[in-house]
Amino acid sequence: MASRRPKLAVWKFSSCDGCQLSLLACEDELLAIADAVEIAYFLEASRAEVAGPYDISLVEGSITTPQEAERIRRVRAQSRMLITIGACATTGGIQALKNLRPLDDLVRAVYAHPEYIDSLATSTPVLDHVRVDFELHGCPINKYQLLEVLSATLNGRRPNVPTYSQCIECKLSGTVCVMVSQGKACLGPVTQAGCGNLCPTCDRGCFGCFGPVETANTQALSARLKALGMDQRELQHYYRLFTNNAPAFREASETHD
Amino acid sequence: MPDTLLISTEALQGLLDALIAKGYQPVGPRLERGAIVYETLSAASDLPRGYLDEQGGGHYRLSKADPSSPETAGIFRYAVGPQSWKGFLFPSRQSLWRARRTETGFAFEPETDDAPAYAFLGARPCELAAMRIQDRVFQEGPYVDRGYAERRARAFVVAVNCTRAGGTCFCASMGTGPRAEDGFDLCLTELLDADDHAFLVEIGSASGRALMELVRHRTATPEEIERGRRAITDAAEQMGRRMPPDAAAILASNPEHPRWDQVAQRCLSCANCTLVCPTCFCSRVEDTTSLDGVEAARHRQWDSCFTLDFSYIHGGPVRRETAARYRHWITHKLSTWHAQFGTSGCTGCGRCITWCPVGIDITEEVAAIQATERAEPLGDE
Repeated sequence: MASRRPKLAVWKFSSCDGCQLSLLACEDELLAIADAVEIAYFLEASRAEVAGPYDISLVEGSITTPQEAERIRRVRAQSRMLITIGACATTGGIQALKNLRPLDDLVRAVYAHPEYIDSLATSTPVLDHVRVDFELHGCPINKYQLLEVLSATLNGRRPNVPTYSQCIECKLSGTVCVMVSQGKACLGPVTQAGCGNLCPTCDRGCFGCFGPVETANTQALSARLKALGMDQRELQHYYRLFTNNAPAFREASETHD
Repeated sequence: MPDTLLISTEALQGLLDALIAKGYQPVGPRLERGAIVYETLSAASDLPRGYLDEQGGGHYRLSKADPSSPETAGIFRYAVGPQSWKGFLFPSRQSLWRARRTETGFAFEPETDDAPAYAFLGARPCELAAMRIQDRVFQEGPYVDRGYAERRARAFVVAVNCTRAGGTCFCASMGTGPRAEDGFDLCLTELLDADDHAFLVEIGSASGRALMELVRHRTATPEEIERGRRAITDAAEQMGRRMPPDAAAILASNPEHPRWDQVAQRCLSCANCTLVCPTCFCSRVEDTTSLDGVEAARHRQWDSCFTLDFSYIHGGPVRRETAARYRHWITHKLSTWHAQFGTSGCTGCGRCITWCPVGIDITEEVAAIQATERAEPLGDE
């Protein structure tokens, strides 16, 4: 008896599309994915739409408009398993910088016709609106982690997605610490692993794209970054990058106001 | 052949050629992006020359020696870098087995270890001590790690005595250096002054002796042996740090000391100390599956007691607070390791101090607890 393939849907909210592109970027594994699941709704890949409910929904993007706040509830209602992918969906993304200023000021400063803009005052993660079964971090997400989450979900096991620090990833792959050996600023000790230590292998410090680690001691790191020459303003900007609205980074940036 | 020989610096290439002729893959110090790392050596010219290191808490820099000083020709004048031989004997990530679904169940395929027979060139005395400590962990208890035991048995060790201490070294106080007493096939001491550059070679095993048959050498004179001894003594005297001799007892009797909360304010819980430590041996095991569920695999990778997952049991992690995790690590390393394996788990290499991004110093933490253990008795709370 042929069992029905699970139905997969990919949803976009406020985002740049980079994370859902990670699914298309699974070139070698794409056919295996298409064999393992029925791609029922994925507008970036196909205009064909299969009606819900869906077994697995991948949700990209943050919630920034009243329409999105409503739509995410409909997505949740149609999804057995809802997995958020990327910094926008899990933390609010770079656009959460708008949370720091009055919305009207920003809209007037940016748009010629502010009256056309219908936006919430904040950009928030999906988890603030509906129940989420798994959060996959990253800006963008790592395609191997995405495959691992899909494979684990399809096979009924817990995904191997570590919540430990970027430093562990550097040490596992033999990357020399850029902070200790070159005095470069790095958010690695307070950032979750997962990117494949991209920046340190290019002689750059970590920018925190994967969001705060499970137990982020930003205070101790900030003290060290200051000793390495960062001033208050640089430090604040450092925490206000792609995952600025993640609580640990938001709080760290606020202490350097 | 006498037990102590002398070879020229040019003969280092002969030593490498002999190792390769005997079927070993030489691995040793190389310069990579501002640090000394251990990688495959194809020629003696791969060895960094004229580099000196500067190490401190959370600080590592390499610099070129002054061209007018004899140091400019030195080959082993830096102390240990971020990596250790642990990465070769106990790889950071290993496949344990693979399995494939069959009509009736699963077919298992054990992994075969295709690691070459390594020749470790440049293992420092503290690193030989680390290998002996990991031997106890991996192959001298009731359960032998077969892969480790095989890689260890195949390896050839060319040790190098330290003639200059690094800024975070404290091996002299741990009794593990700066002179290697045993645990090597050959042991070099670099003799370096204005008009002479050569290496003393001590023979440590029959295979070491056999190898030296292939390398151009002569007998070392008593004066040369004495020069080597003095250079090693200099290194011992340069060490600015020491571990209190009764560290094990100090930690065992202070599980509730206020210092734990103080160090937790600074500790990032990032795990760097455990991963650069040449004796930390913890690992996690992960199972993966293919998308269609037909293939499965099990991997082992380095883990650290600084992660929350490490102590996760039903209901959550046991050591939630950083203070508890730091206390667990240092107390195991310096105190309960004795009960478990009969030695300290620390070799005094100083890596955990240098490569801690915020420079937490294991010797300073023990000293701080020692200094206040009676002065500030705890209340009843």
